[in-house]
Amino acid sequence: MRLVPNFKGLDFFPHDLRLPFMRFKGVCLVLSILAMLLSLLIVWERGFNYGVDFTGGSVLEVQSKAGPADIGRLRDTLGRLGIGNVQIQSFGTPTDVLIRIEQQKGGEAEQQAALKKVTEALGKQYEQRRYETVGPAVSSELRWTGFMAVLAGLLAIVAYVWVRFEWQFALGAVVALTHDVLLTAGTFSLLQLEFDLSIVAALLTILGYSVNDTVVVSDRIRENLRKYKRMPLDELLNLSINETLSRTILTGCTAIAVLIALYVFGGEVIRNFNFAMLFGVVVGTYSSIFIAAPLLGYLGVKRDWTGGTAKAAAAVTPKRESMVWKKATSTAACKKPL
Amino acid sequence: MLHFSRWKQLSILATCLLGLLVVLPNFLSQQTLDKWPGWLPKRQLSLGLDLRGGAHLLYALEVDDVRKDWLEALRDDARQRLKEAKIPVSALGIAGNSVQVQLAKAEDGDAALKALREIIRPLGNPLLGGASGDDVEVVRREGGSFTITPTAAGLQQRTSNAVAAAIETVRRRVDPNGTAEPTIVREGSNRIVVQVPGLQDVAKLKEMIGETARLSFHEVHPTLTAKEAKVRGIPPSFKIFPAVDQLDGEQLLRETPVVRGDDLTNAQPAFDSRTNAPIVDFTFNQSGARKFGKFTREHIERPFAIVLDGKVISAPIVKTAIEGGRGQIEGGFTPQTATKLAIQLKSGALPAKLSIMDERVVGPSLGNDSIEAGKLAGMIGGIATIVLTVLTYGTFGIFACVGLIVHGLLTVALMTLMGSALTLPGIAGLVLGIAMAVDANVLIYERIREEVRAGKSAIAAIDAGFTRAFVTIADSQLTTLACALVMFWLGAGPIRGFAVTLTIGICTSIFASVTVVRLLVSYWLNSMRRTKGGALVLPV
Repeated sequence: MRLVPNFKGLDFFPHDLRLPFMRFKGVCLVLSILAMLLSLLIVWERGFNYGVDFTGGSVLEVQSKAGPADIGRLRDTLGRLGIGNVQIQSFGTPTDVLIRIEQQKGGEAEQQAALKKVTEALGKQYEQRRYETVGPAVSSELRWTGFMAVLAGLLAIVAYVWVRFEWQFALGAVVALTHDVLLTAGTFSLLQLEFDLSIVAALLTILGYSVNDTVVVSDRIRENLRKYKRMPLDELLNLSINETLSRTILTGCTAIAVLIALYVFGGEVIRNFNFAMLFGVVVGTYSSIFIAAPLLGYLGVKRDWTGGTAKAAAAVTPKRESMVWKKATSTAACKKPL
Repeated sequence: MLHFSRWKQLSILATCLLGLLVVLPNFLSQQTLDKWPGWLPKRQLSLGLDLRGGAHLLYALEVDDVRKDWLEALRDDARQRLKEAKIPVSALGIAGNSVQVQLAKAEDGDAALKALREIIRPLGNPLLGGASGDDVEVVRREGGSFTITPTAAGLQQRTSNAVAAAIETVRRRVDPNGTAEPTIVREGSNRIVVQVPGLQDVAKLKEMIGETARLSFHEVHPTLTAKEAKVRGIPPSFKIFPAVDQLDGEQLLRETPVVRGDDLTNAQPAFDSRTNAPIVDFTFNQSGARKFGKFTREHIERPFAIVLDGKVISAPIVKTAIEGGRGQIEGGFTPQTATKLAIQLKSGALPAKLSIMDERVVGPSLGNDSIEAGKLAGMIGGIATIVLTVLTYGTFGIFACVGLIVHGLLTVALMTLMGSALTLPGIAGLVLGIAMAVDANVLIYERIREEVRAGKSAIAAIDAGFTRAFVTIADSQLTTLACALVMFWLGAGPIRGFAVTLTIGICTSIFASVTVVRLLVSYWLNSMRRTKGGALVLPV
């Protein structure tokens, strides 16, 4: 152990800081709900720029062997092949090009023929680095399973939080998580970034990260509920957020640092995935502080957390009792000196 | 919380060393590995196709083909059985999803029912978990008519068997020499995933797999040509077959073949000794040779037709009786197409058509670039994490980093042991796992700081930090685990790879970031107690 240098870390976080998060809870909730509605509206209006995973069709990634690719010329040659709409865009570096061929009408054989035409038209000047063809049956299945995966992930999380905490926590978590998923989806729709299977994976990861944040704050709330039996709920929630704030920020910073490294150096193939993750981490952190906790302030929560038996009993709480607790919390809130 | 018994210390250390041992082969060359003694692990982490390059093809077996084939077999079977029972039939054929039989005399009904019932086969063994019931249903109607209909369970079993047969055929076609390490597995009820690493010519691969290669030898109608038959009506049990492009015209052939490709034991590309044209030499098995011998004996100086995938590829005249069971096919081949057909025939016909549903091909150069990019990003991300952690938590930060390294080591070790391939989304899962491991340490250390601020002694603060933070860590990791399991259960392709690494990462992070770090902290406490008297100052 003497080999390890003994030195103190920098505790640069001002721990005495008591930021009045709960004072803005109404504004934040309204803003968040507006943001969610706006995201829905954008998705409704603009839709997604679905990748081939979800639309069917083919995508080719090619690299010019000599110098930068002439996208204009490619567009010209491939446009004249008579295979419908061909999208051509540069992909990361000037030599890389992404070519998307829409689903051909005549089925699989036609699709293969179209792909062959494009390969022939590209000639020897381009190297094929990757291509994907997704048939219509698979693409609609992937759309369905992708949607189901996000929904089931959400439900699994809610079930766990419900069992471990109280239904109010679960409701707070589900609203926060829905917020994160909706906002990420809305951003992808707004910027028309390609939405494929990897983005579904990103959404699921965001769920995982965000619930992690929410659970950490919830855990502290539960602990403080046991510790300060008479503290007004809003004050207690505020305290809990502040106490876990240093952890929230540090973990968030580490995650963001790693994700930025992945975004910048991780290559073009996973760039959209990393963008979704970066966005999601920021939104997820916001949502656990400004949505999940304040919602508890509105919903009220059981105040008596003494002992482990109470926790076990809480899992099978009859409805009537929880209403009694709610009443108790609201009287506690009234007593709060203004 | 901070006391570790000796055996506990040893087992923690042993786990770490074991992890190191399993991971080690990844850093060594194949030559060094060959020299290793047999008891050491040699397995390397396998890379997904998106990283090493290769082709991923998803095929669907046409269930309609299976059904059609089965109906034809049922029709032939019914005709045969009624013939053997000497029951005259006025009509017998396929209509929709069943075989219809009309007897010439309604009073034969009972005998016909008995004969037709023999077609019914019970479905697989119910004791072994198969479906129970029969594969077909024979229904008798008024006026001496019968319908023979395959049941849904029967069709399912047929399809399942066909998929199993197709997988074997595809394996023989993709990898005739047994060197290409393809992965060929069933997915769902009628799908087959074919993964071939590092392949360059995917077009050739698809051609090889995609053709059914059903070969059959048919009798040509002795007097009528296809053209005449179209005018005068096609005689019963005969059918018009189209010919390949090189041969023009159609042929009127007996629908039930003399011999099928199933009776071939060997096929080889060769050149005709006289014309020097590419041909395919073939050999029949005993029953095939017997049937073909009998047919050729009876049909000397008459044509017969060789049909491949429903098209006539050649219609030679029988010169002499072919008794030895050997023959050759001339079909206007090039040397390449002759070789391809020979491999396809030798591997057996596919039981039904396979069509491509999904196809992903990654060239080796892109795979390499992705690995390089992943390495660079991982390195930079790792360094950033280490710098941040050590800067904030000092000595304890170093412990956390050791925990992180153990975490990475064990994650890779588990993946190697489980044989799950590392994919690009998998790397993202690893990164999230690392983020969660870091989070565990941040939770513990922030808690310790808090306890110190609350006025607790160093040891009490450490103890409380680990104990209290653990509840939070367990809760947050378990919720993520629930999410990861759902992803694994529901997800396809990339999502699944991601879920696997994330699940492994969560499991190892509890051990690495909590147990290992706690052990290190307890060592540190002991050494501090020995060197210094007085109050301990925590380096966090």
